[in-house]
Amino acid sequence: MKRITVTVNGVTHEAEVEERELLVYFLREGLGLTGTNVGCDTSSCGTCTIHLDGESVKSCTLLAVQADGAEITTIEGLATNGELHPMQAAFQEHHGLQCGYCTPGMIMAATSLLKENPSPSEDDIRHGLEGNLCRCTGYHNIVKAVAAVANG
Amino acid sequence: MATTERPAPSIGQRKQRKEDPELITGASRYVDDISIPGMLWVYVVRSPFAHARINGIDLSEALAAPGVVAAYTGETLEMGPLVMAWPINDECKAPAHLPLTKDKARYVGDPVAVVVADSRVHAKDAAELVQVEWEPLPAVTDIKEALADGAPIVHEEYGTNDAGSWIMSRDSPAPIRNPSGPYFEDPDMVTIKEEYYLSRLIPNAMEPRGVVVDVNSSMGEYTVYSATQIPHILRTTLTITCGVPEAKLRVVAPDVGGGFGSKLEAYPEDAICLTIAKVLGRPVKWIEERSEGYVATLHGREMYQQIELASTKDGILKAVRVKLWASMGAHMRIITPGIPMLGAWLYAGCYDVEGYDFEYTNVFTNNTFTDAYRGAGRPEATYAIERAMDALARELGMDPVELRRKNFISDDKFPNYTIASGLTIDSANYAGTLEKCIGMLGYEKFRAEQKSRRESGSTKVLGVGFSTWLEMCGIAPSRVLAALKYIAGGWDAATVEFLPTGTVRVLTGVSPHGQGEVTTFSQIVADQLGVDFDDVEVLHGDTQIVPLGLDTYGSRGLSVGGVALWKAGEKIIEKARKIAAHELECAEEDLEFAGGDFTVKGTDRSANIKALGFSAWSAHNLPDGMEPGLTATHLYDPPNFSWPNGAHACVVEVDTETGSIDLLRYIAVDDCGVRINPMVVEGQVHGGVAQGIAEALFEEATYDSEGNLQHGTMTTYMLPGPPELPSFELDHTVTPSPTNPMGVKGVGEAGTIAAPPAVINAVVDALSHLGVTNVGRPATPERVWNAIQEARR
Ligand code: FES
Ligand code: FES
Repeated sequence: MKRITVTVNGVTHEAEVEERELLVYFLREGLGLTGTNVGCDTSSCGTCTIHLDGESVKSCTLLAVQADGAEITTIEGLATNGELHPMQAAFQEHHGLQCGYCTPGMIMAATSLLKENPSPSEDDIRHGLEGNLCRCTGYHNIVKAVAAVANG
Repeated sequence: MATTERPAPSIGQRKQRKEDPELITGASRYVDDISIPGMLWVYVVRSPFAHARINGIDLSEALAAPGVVAAYTGETLEMGPLVMAWPINDECKAPAHLPLTKDKARYVGDPVAVVVADSRVHAKDAAELVQVEWEPLPAVTDIKEALADGAPIVHEEYGTNDAGSWIMSRDSPAPIRNPSGPYFEDPDMVTIKEEYYLSRLIPNAMEPRGVVVDVNSSMGEYTVYSATQIPHILRTTLTITCGVPEAKLRVVAPDVGGGFGSKLEAYPEDAICLTIAKVLGRPVKWIEERSEGYVATLHGREMYQQIELASTKDGILKAVRVKLWASMGAHMRIITPGIPMLGAWLYAGCYDVEGYDFEYTNVFTNNTFTDAYRGAGRPEATYAIERAMDALARELGMDPVELRRKNFISDDKFPNYTIASGLTIDSANYAGTLEKCIGMLGYEKFRAEQKSRRESGSTKVLGVGFSTWLEMCGIAPSRVLAALKYIAGGWDAATVEFLPTGTVRVLTGVSPHGQGEVTTFSQIVADQLGVDFDDVEVLHGDTQIVPLGLDTYGSRGLSVGGVALWKAGEKIIEKARKIAAHELECAEEDLEFAGGDFTVKGTDRSANIKALGFSAWSAHNLPDGMEPGLTATHLYDPPNFSWPNGAHACVVEVDTETGSIDLLRYIAVDDCGVRINPMVVEGQVHGGVAQGIAEALFEEATYDSEGNLQHGTMTTYMLPGPPELPSFELDHTVTPSPTNPMGVKGVGEAGTIAAPPAVINAVVDALSHLGVTNVGRPATPERVWNAIQEARR
């Protein structure tokens, strides 16, 4: 067991974690933030994507102990003061989700994509989201939603 | 009493989804998000061999491991076999499928033991300590090899892997118009014979499966939370397998992260978890790991197809004859033997033929069981006929579009035209969708560009492929299902109730998991009853709240569940009218109903349905003898399937030096009848097309000679990501179904049914000048390159 301190969605937590515990399970089972989903065991699907110190990462690829001292944002922390983040609103408006399972990861990946490239082409969007899989939407409306946010 | 403001019509609008606020903020609740105090974790020990006898299982080390509470084998955890609901005829072999196998393992992943511990990690660690004494046996995973003499036998009691055939002329309740034989013997006919192999697919819903069982021991009650499409069917099957009385078993499908058929199943793990909870009297949880799911969750499609067409020399298609050999895998799961039959009547596509024959043979192999995967049977049929139509066009030297136009069932045959295979199509618009599609494509211009590319000697050649598809969905009526030997019915149920505070509660028996019925059903009720969209609450997926229903599969949500809802709404209006007449002191016939108001004709005296709902609830002043409450339930058994159709076109660029394919355009013009929410319809088409394209170009699950799955993880199984797919170009026509009062059909499977042949036809078209006539699927660069080399030889 190891003691870690992490700030998640603005709240600082101190916790004892097993050294082999994955960050995604610490978030989900340790902190009860179940919005971040687990879709695979091979770092392939991106459903577990969060922001760690401002960068999007797949939270199944890190151990909880590696997040010691980090600032984390999960899907639960994306809206501010009850206002949806524009990316969340755009996913709804453009029907960028069906079952919703990929959605938290997809939204987290998309927001950090726009941070790096505020005016991406369709191709940029598709390549920027390449680590995130969706089985429902065929990506068409996801791409539309991201483009809509980029174009303000 | 009169209200001036009437809710705007809701049907046909692109309403934003009511489902979304939870899903975009992380407030969703999938099975893995559920945790119950005192809950134990279950881990399943699976066979590493495709075929091996079990000579003993030693649980002692696992039982001694930290945190372990219990461990079981098939001998010590008492359960009946899993339910198989579609024994297609007397020939059908349906060996008992025990949730934990006792005698031998029949596929890699076959569950043999379970460990129960106080945490996810402890259960998994201890599972590794279970010692199984295996005696490996030779395995067979190929359909044809499984039928050969001397093949290893999956179920020894039968002495063969032939699981039985279904022959339309013998087994179908609907008479075939004419046998196909004479057309193929006619020397004036042009005949072709095509053979295709459809690879095995893994559905890959993004949410893995999972089960949580909660126990109320003192009452003998159990709640099963399962990532399932079929809470109602699952309840019934679990009662049969586990012996828990159906009335004390509650099955809940919470938020479910996609299904595509893979969650239309009675799985071993559901039964195992319920039984352990029953034995231990404690809540349990099992969550599938993705790589585990690749062997533990059903696969789809795998079959060999043989299709023959007979046509006149000028391209009038006269007869179709089809034989299939389908892989069952190692077990018959809930509807495995019937899956190929779901396409049986569709192998002539939307073409008006005279002669028809169809048969299929089911084959056991040492692989994961197959079962319904999006489209189930209909993508297979569409693939065969649409590929074969292109082959026939080549044989006749005709344009593939021209050949299709020539053979469509003409508009004047509708409504309700009985096709050669014996079923009756409600309505369709074959030519109309194709013409629209051709227009969007710019066909002439495309052919000119294709020609000039070829003439320029470019190694990047262009091709276009078409798929003019139809399907039968909303599988019903129940009477027909009975004749096909399916055990359950095809009806669904809805309850509409006005609550005293003025909102409307809808209970639907379908169990959406991404399809958006909470929204679209609200639109239906809003329009039909004249209430506000936001005042309708749609509840589903919990057998305690919605006891009646048959769940979501086969594009039936709207065409069965939605129509049930409409019919319940009609009953509501009928009763509300009586109350209105009583309150307004007029005859019922004097009332007009619009926008929620019953108005006395020619006056401004009216009563709003919400107020009438309150009157019915308070029951202070109801007509004599009337039951209180404004609520109605309807169980709807459709009189026919519904028959959507469409025309898809795919444009590809193929690099003749590398075999790589660039998907340039994908055009889909579909007709699913009346559209409740075009945004939701388009979403269904997008997702379906994506899966269909993936089936054609990327996805396959193959096995090595020992029966190990070679595409057993998400890194080796090629699921398309955003860069692999284009944006899609969509349009539609609307041909209402005459079968139901809303004129609706289904759309959930359309894209998956349509896309594969459009894509492969495009690839073959691109390479046709090189003499290529077939490319295996998925059309990987290697397969394309090989096809080019072979044609050059
Ligand atoms: S869970 Fe699939 S990438 Fe993290
Ligand atoms: S919305 Fe279902 S996986 Fe993306």
